[in-house]
Amino acid sequence: MQFSEAWLRTLTNPDIDSKTLVEQLTMAGLEVDAITPVANAFSGVCVGLVLGVAPHPDADRLRVCTVDVGASESLTIVCGAANVRDGLKVPVAMIGALLGENFKIKRSKLRGVESFGMLCSAKELGLAEEAEGLLELPDDAPIGLDLRTYLELDDQCIEVDLTPNRADCLSVEGIAREVAVLNQLAFQPWLPEPLSLGHQHSLAVNVDASAACPRYLGRVITQIDQRRGTPLWMQERLRRSGLRSLGPVVDVTNYVLLEMGQPLHAFDADRLTGAIEVRMAREGESLVLLNEQTLALKKDSLIIADAQQPLALAGIMGGRDSAVTDSTQTIFLECAFFHPDYMMGQARRYGLHTDSSHRFERGVDPDLQVRALARATQLLLAIVGGEAGPVTEVSDAEALPERAIIDLRRSKLERVLAIDSQQFPITDTLKRLGMVVTEADQGWQVQAPSFRFDIALEADLIEEVARVIGYNQLPQRPLAVPAGLAQAPEGQLELARVKASLVDIGYQEAITYSFVDATMLALLQPDLAAIRLQNPISKDMAVMRSTLWCGLLNAARYNRNRQQSRIRLFESGMCFIQQTDTVLQRQAIAGLAMGADVPEQWAVSSQPVDFYRIKGDVEQLLALTGHRYHFEPAQHPALHPGQSALISKCTGEVIGWVGALHPELQKKFELDAPVFLFELDQALLLNRALPKFDSLSRFPSVRRDLAILVADAVTVREVIDCVHNSVADTLKDVWVFDVYQGDGVPEGKKSIALAMQMQAHDRTLAESEIDAIFKQVLADLNAQLAAKLRD
Amino acid sequence: MSINLEELVKTAINELETVAESGELEVLRIKYLGKKGIFTEQMKSLGQMDAEARKAYGQILNQAKNQFQQALQARKIHLERQALDARLRSETLDVTLPGKSLGKGGLHPVTLTLQRIEKIFAGAGFSIAEGPEIEDDYHNFEALNIPATHPARAMHDTFYFDPHTLLRTHTSPVQIRVMSSEPPPLKILAPGRVYRCDSDLTHTPMFHQVEGFWVDNEVNFADLKGIVHDFLSRFFECDIAIRFRPSYFPFTEPSAEVDIGCVICGGKGCRVCGHSGWLEVMGCGMIHPKVFAAVDIDAEQFQGLAFGMGVERLAMLRYGINDLRLFFENDLRFLQQFH
Repeated sequence: MQFSEAWLRTLTNPDIDSKTLVEQLTMAGLEVDAITPVANAFSGVCVGLVLGVAPHPDADRLRVCTVDVGASESLTIVCGAANVRDGLKVPVAMIGALLGENFKIKRSKLRGVESFGMLCSAKELGLAEEAEGLLELPDDAPIGLDLRTYLELDDQCIEVDLTPNRADCLSVEGIAREVAVLNQLAFQPWLPEPLSLGHQHSLAVNVDASAACPRYLGRVITQIDQRRGTPLWMQERLRRSGLRSLGPVVDVTNYVLLEMGQPLHAFDADRLTGAIEVRMAREGESLVLLNEQTLALKKDSLIIADAQQPLALAGIMGGRDSAVTDSTQTIFLECAFFHPDYMMGQARRYGLHTDSSHRFERGVDPDLQVRALARATQLLLAIVGGEAGPVTEVSDAEALPERAIIDLRRSKLERVLAIDSQQFPITDTLKRLGMVVTEADQGWQVQAPSFRFDIALEADLIEEVARVIGYNQLPQRPLAVPAGLAQAPEGQLELARVKASLVDIGYQEAITYSFVDATMLALLQPDLAAIRLQNPISKDMAVMRSTLWCGLLNAARYNRNRQQSRIRLFESGMCFIQQTDTVLQRQAIAGLAMGADVPEQWAVSSQPVDFYRIKGDVEQLLALTGHRYHFEPAQHPALHPGQSALISKCTGEVIGWVGALHPELQKKFELDAPVFLFELDQALLLNRALPKFDSLSRFPSVRRDLAILVADAVTVREVIDCVHNSVADTLKDVWVFDVYQGDGVPEGKKSIALAMQMQAHDRTLAESEIDAIFKQVLADLNAQLAAKLRD
Repeated sequence: MSINLEELVKTAINELETVAESGELEVLRIKYLGKKGIFTEQMKSLGQMDAEARKAYGQILNQAKNQFQQALQARKIHLERQALDARLRSETLDVTLPGKSLGKGGLHPVTLTLQRIEKIFAGAGFSIAEGPEIEDDYHNFEALNIPATHPARAMHDTFYFDPHTLLRTHTSPVQIRVMSSEPPPLKILAPGRVYRCDSDLTHTPMFHQVEGFWVDNEVNFADLKGIVHDFLSRFFECDIAIRFRPSYFPFTEPSAEVDIGCVICGGKGCRVCGHSGWLEVMGCGMIHPKVFAAVDIDAEQFQGLAFGMGVERLAMLRYGINDLRLFFENDLRFLQQFH
């Protein structure tokens, strides 16, 4: 809602400056978004009368004008505007006038003719974005009067960002009423004066949908003369409210909309046939709107029609064919109350949103129509003349919104706001808001005014009281917490710990969009059905991610394209997986490594990151859980078939994947180096085993190293498992300290060097015992994996 | 037979002086003190002397031997120190060269901000609750007193999957989920991603919110003001100017927007605060009776407060980030500024 401060002050004029006024509005919940001057900060411009126009001796386009500015002598001013003519009143910038910071009017010669000022267009004064020719002032504009005074240009546009509950403030009257309450001033809106009817002609109105249209008023006005145009003062008020002048009839309806909040519509009465019908649209009906859009009307849409066809989409927009045009002489003026319960969502169904629908769906005062129609009539007769006929009114009292009586309990008010209500003038506050208030035993009985659709519950009244008192005047108390002891669930690993762990090994946390490109996702996870947004913001953000890899890969490419050669990124976030009937939403944590193994540095030679590095990173995370996880070779459509592992618990529960991005995808995604990825189920990862103490042996431990030759295909895990099974009891640990292929190792074989650490709880292991274990291990390895001791 | 002991010691000490490494001292030790060393031989020769001569010679011989031994020891210490000095000199590094590094990582500023918010509220007994991001119409709108045709829906540009399924537009549905399943008293913080179908200089289609609520017998508006004030003071680590402005959210009443004195200009007015001196940082209010009705909480017995904030907004103010879009571009040059 945008309006002029000067206009507001004609309705209520508190003795406060603009800054305070704006502050007051904002602090009452009518947030002021912007205040802008209504014109440029010009000076030295006054009303002038063009007394004579003579051709310029040396320029076809220029004219030499004689202008009366109320001084003893008239001025000679050279002007190039097409509309300059004798008898025209125009703004005159005199010598010394300032039209902009660096635009001072000086005496000058234009093609040899001296000019003592400048005649101005609306654009030059900052009154319009565009202008054709001079600003034409009304004939009765006083010559010599400063233009700022004449047009009340020391005014500002105030733009209020209204919340949807405050429909009552979608008008200058509504804002004025609020300002009056805040400043404890009386407020009297415009009241109609008796009007003598010029004729008895009227149109019959049949309302066939009174639930949607509980009140419909109409009147015929004949013999209007639109050539008289919209007066400048009205154009200015419309302009300062953000509306363009569109001809006097539409301007008047818009003016009343702004002034009172009542949308009206004027039909060209000569283009109507028979009675006015207010009814639901019928199957197959259509309507060409004012904006030339053709609507196929939906069956439960309220329309205004005549005997032949739909004329308007009720409360939203009029139709083209019954619209007022420049040549219209007779109008049918409609002023209705369309019920917000019906109006809500109607405009949006057609993709429309108008000043009218905006107001009707939030609630127009159902008691306003008589006054608003009188106001529009009065203005029209004054501006375009004509004769008004009688008002036809169709109302259904039953269908009008009920103004319920609401109990406001003193105890509840005090309990919610933490106040002693005796300290505040509650009754007076409510009354000034237009409520009908009766003091009762336990508090108040309140009936809200017809324009307050947002007041239906006790809570609504409590808010009103709080709002008018001012939130900042209400008590505030620091949080006094009845301190319970904190929970410390040890079976839950904190996500922050996991993230810290990744950060400590050089990973940077990323946050990528949860919606991704469908093609890319299908390449990474071809087996999952896409979860599509109906209204994506763009094609590359159209489906929900089922893996975090999309975002990380995109981020990697983004950074590679910005000269970042080494990339470590991780993200924690939701993944969405389409299941038969439902969508599984699960948190995952994923990482990406690309480029050098370590940052380029003098002390460590540069090597590219590899599978074992990222696997080590994953192992570090898994170690936080205290659970044992296995890595098994497995195939993933996004990963290199020879460098990918499925990670699971010994119970078989899968936690995730680690591997190299498939070289084909790497190429498709335009990544110029190998990329390594992991993704883990976050809920599983955060499941932590309680540490369990194992007593320490007092006896020495023994290490034995063992180098074996096995077939290439034998995995280290098989070897380790075999060793474990062989000497379960005394074997404390076994690890690989070398894997070798090459000279001295036959083709198709590899040499694995193992270290075994053995220790018993009850004795020092004897040399003979150790030898026996060693032999047993070797025998088992040989039997199960055809392993041979390497010479 | 006697030799000139004085000469001998002098010679021996001279020899010691010529030795450059402590290892070579052993040769001299053997030469003079070994089994067949010169001093040893002299000692042996004492046996052949008469008692008087033996006593006299023995005394000076012992003196000479001690003198040599001391010189040997001194030389040894000297040479070892010299060797150590040389070693230390040779091992001296340029300590200004950088250390060996795995690289520097860091948390996203949204995470840093979320972690601080959670920490501040954890102290007051708020526990974390999370909910689905693909939500249904009921939890995201209906139960929060935003029926299908309500104009407030226009405030939420919603991403839909079908007419009933959407991406949550705020974290408030978590409020509904928790209140439907757990009885009061409740003190919950619900952080998370939210989505709005809007993308321009100041809007990203995804962002983060933290919703907090507290339901108990006597929770009131003064508590709400207190909690919001204390939170913001702790978050910005200063006693910040705060004002509560009436506003409208369908799920709270009274509702308020919270402004803080502009942290950029100190309230004088600048581009960031639109020259108002104030920055909008949070929304809050008392839980609406219709919301309580939707989750079957008796609004006569219980009262509740709720507040919500945009995490990116707070992060921008805290760290002076001037472009919202940076949060999701994941440019390492941006991310690496946070640690």
